[in-house]
Amino acid sequence: MTTFKLGRRALMATAVAAMAFGGSAMADGHKVADSIHFLIPGGAGGGWDGTARGTGEALTKAGIVGNASYENMSGGGGGKAIGFLIENAESNHGTLMVNSTPIVIRSLTGVFPHNFRDLTLVAGTIGDYAAMVVGKDSPINSMEDLMAAYDADPSKTAIGGGSVPGGMDHLVAAMVMEAAGKDALGVKYIPYDAGGKAMAALLSGEIAALSTGFSEAVDLANAGEVKIIGVTADERVSAAPDAMTMKEQGIDTSFVNWRGFFAAPGLPDDKLAMYQKALGEMYETDEWEEVRARNGWVNIHNSGDDFQSFLEDQEKVIGDLMKKLGFL
Amino acid sequence: MLEGLLIGLQTALSVQNLLMVIGGCLIGTFIGMLPGLGPMSIIAIMIPVAISMGDPSAALILLAGVYYGAIFGGSTSSILLNAPGVAGTVASSFDGYPMAKSGKAGKALTIAAIASFAGGSVGALLLMIFAPALSSVALLFHSAEYFALMVVGLSAIAAFAGTGQVAKALMMTVLGLIMATVGEGALFNMPRFTMGIMDLQSGFGFITLAMAMFALPEALFLVLKPKEMGGGNDGEIKDLRISRSEARAIAPVIGRQSLQGFFIGVLPGAGATIASFLGYAVERNIAPKAEQEEFGKGSIKGLAAPETANNAACTGSFVPLLTLGIPGSGTTAILLGALIALNVTPGPRLMIDEPQIFWAVIMSMFIGNLVLLILNLPLIPYIAKVLSVPRNYLIPFILFFTLMGAYIGQNNATELLLLVGFGVCATALRFADYPLAPLLIGFILGGMLEDNFSRSMQLYDGVAFIWERPMTLGLLAIALLLVVLPSYRARRARARAEGVADGD
Repeated sequence: MTTFKLGRRALMATAVAAMAFGGSAMADGHKVADSIHFLIPGGAGGGWDGTARGTGEALTKAGIVGNASYENMSGGGGGKAIGFLIENAESNHGTLMVNSTPIVIRSLTGVFPHNFRDLTLVAGTIGDYAAMVVGKDSPINSMEDLMAAYDADPSKTAIGGGSVPGGMDHLVAAMVMEAAGKDALGVKYIPYDAGGKAMAALLSGEIAALSTGFSEAVDLANAGEVKIIGVTADERVSAAPDAMTMKEQGIDTSFVNWRGFFAAPGLPDDKLAMYQKALGEMYETDEWEEVRARNGWVNIHNSGDDFQSFLEDQEKVIGDLMKKLGFL
Repeated sequence: MLEGLLIGLQTALSVQNLLMVIGGCLIGTFIGMLPGLGPMSIIAIMIPVAISMGDPSAALILLAGVYYGAIFGGSTSSILLNAPGVAGTVASSFDGYPMAKSGKAGKALTIAAIASFAGGSVGALLLMIFAPALSSVALLFHSAEYFALMVVGLSAIAAFAGTGQVAKALMMTVLGLIMATVGEGALFNMPRFTMGIMDLQSGFGFITLAMAMFALPEALFLVLKPKEMGGGNDGEIKDLRISRSEARAIAPVIGRQSLQGFFIGVLPGAGATIASFLGYAVERNIAPKAEQEEFGKGSIKGLAAPETANNAACTGSFVPLLTLGIPGSGTTAILLGALIALNVTPGPRLMIDEPQIFWAVIMSMFIGNLVLLILNLPLIPYIAKVLSVPRNYLIPFILFFTLMGAYIGQNNATELLLLVGFGVCATALRFADYPLAPLLIGFILGGMLEDNFSRSMQLYDGVAFIWERPMTLGLLAIALLLVVLPSYRARRARARAEGVADGD
């Protein structure tokens, strides 16, 4: 009896899994690659997960890639997956790992023993600007107001974020304060363990402002729950045309949290070219546009050497900043 | 509202959406039964299916069905195998498993089903009536209050005072708190106590630890002390029915925990796991002395409390999601992603712009809970038969599901080593008669206790938040009361007993 039940349960699980992963077989036409295995350094539901699955969805639906599979490998804030890809490079020529700005930050702080140079750089695909956000009832309406509030009472003007102190959200907040001519380390940064919790803290009035990703704030801003008082883009972003950039408000700084794909070290050139071609062609498809739009991502495509110089530039800018701010 | 209700009912009762509820609940229940596969992973797997349907109401109804189905199903493995499938049902194994061990598996499953049904339904009712008003409740709690709430949770340990194991319980709690400090906290840039091992950077996994504390020692005990474990597993499902006096005993528990669990669920920083532990703690501490002794040994109240609370909290967590667009937990974060993918923006405009989605989801919760009850009650005798499997088959079965459960959540083989290592330690502790539940309570509350405490310290430049925020003070007072009450009662009972002795 029990074995029968067990069998049925296992069967159900398999059926569900098949339903979820098998829906991509009907692709044909201009196929570039047969299959891609996405390695996701974090758990299901995070930003990396969404990027890999969204990219895989667009690639398979558009017929550029025959099949996409996904593997979540959390641990070490992403460091485990990097180590895995390096140690098992030979057997992972079919694997693309998603990563983003933290690979630079965490290599600099030494949390990761490796850095991006230990991997094959495929392409940076998307980006998300950072934003400074306040609650809808807040008397603060611009960066100028925020600076005034900070000058009046620094200890009551706490800025929250969804990353650890010294992490990305803190870095952005410090960067903005620095550019505005304030003491970057004087700002009271309150860390939360997830973006959603930080947003709840903002709405509850616990913190005066929130440093977060633009795409995380844009829906709430359009719903009238929060006000975006500054975006770290060079020009206004079409998803929220009313939100002023930092530069418009005299704060000369910009920042983009990129996401992109890496492969195992020693990847053969033909394979690398194939993946880069697949990702490059993806931008032209309606399927990608649909995925991109619903996630509020910005296309920031850096392939191959461009990606390398982009990352080196990032490493230098962020490293200098972190040294200046005393994070390193 | 009446109009909205009718629209919702109409949408939810369409053939397609009814199928979605039933399908979602079925998938959720069965996968939820497997240890280690929580609602989060099941929903993540189901998202492509839901999105491809294109109809936001149907998709959300399906995913919501999967969500509460998983919480419903998770209690089954907690009760039968002591291998919690979902973090939210860990507390259910405290009393559910002892019940199953003493031959009352059927009754335990029945109580779990009814408690879950009641918790879910009351939650849905509260959601229906108060959702818009509750959005402000969700924002009532600051870090200071969350800290105080965790202290209330820790006061559960005091309840062990009655069993004469205060020192042991306290030691295990402290051990749990210590273990919670391993890894990269939300507040520090650097990993702590990881000994350079990268796998420890995100700390110990809760499910891994729960398996190591409960399921693995259980299997080892079956091998090491076969005689002790022999009783009750004769395959007879005695007492499937709940007697009238039992119903009377658990009714107030279910009532209280439906409300308490729901409100804890509404808070974005808490969730079903915290709700179930707090529910267990509070019920244990306010129970009369005689019944308090029962807790941990197969108390029906001790099972009904977390089972009601976790389901009510699941429903409650839809409040910040639907009314504010803020995900309070990992699971609701995935749901939020799915909604946005379907071009629905949850938030204050949802009820106005797309009332049919809002109301259809709420109506489908009632239907889903009913479906789960109807689905589960007749199946209980068969599910409970798991325990009648001969020991030489049951042990590998438990071991397999325990190991698989620990691996599958993280996809990380190191979890297996941790599981076995901790499992052996836990077995040794059990031989020495140390209670393991306090360790888990300490572990799950420890991280949040620390985070919220240090956030409050930072925000108020010191401990001023304790007196500057009345709600924090109130919660801390409740915690103190919960600690003092049982020992006061115990002392009074002792004094009375001595008085009688003197009289003789």
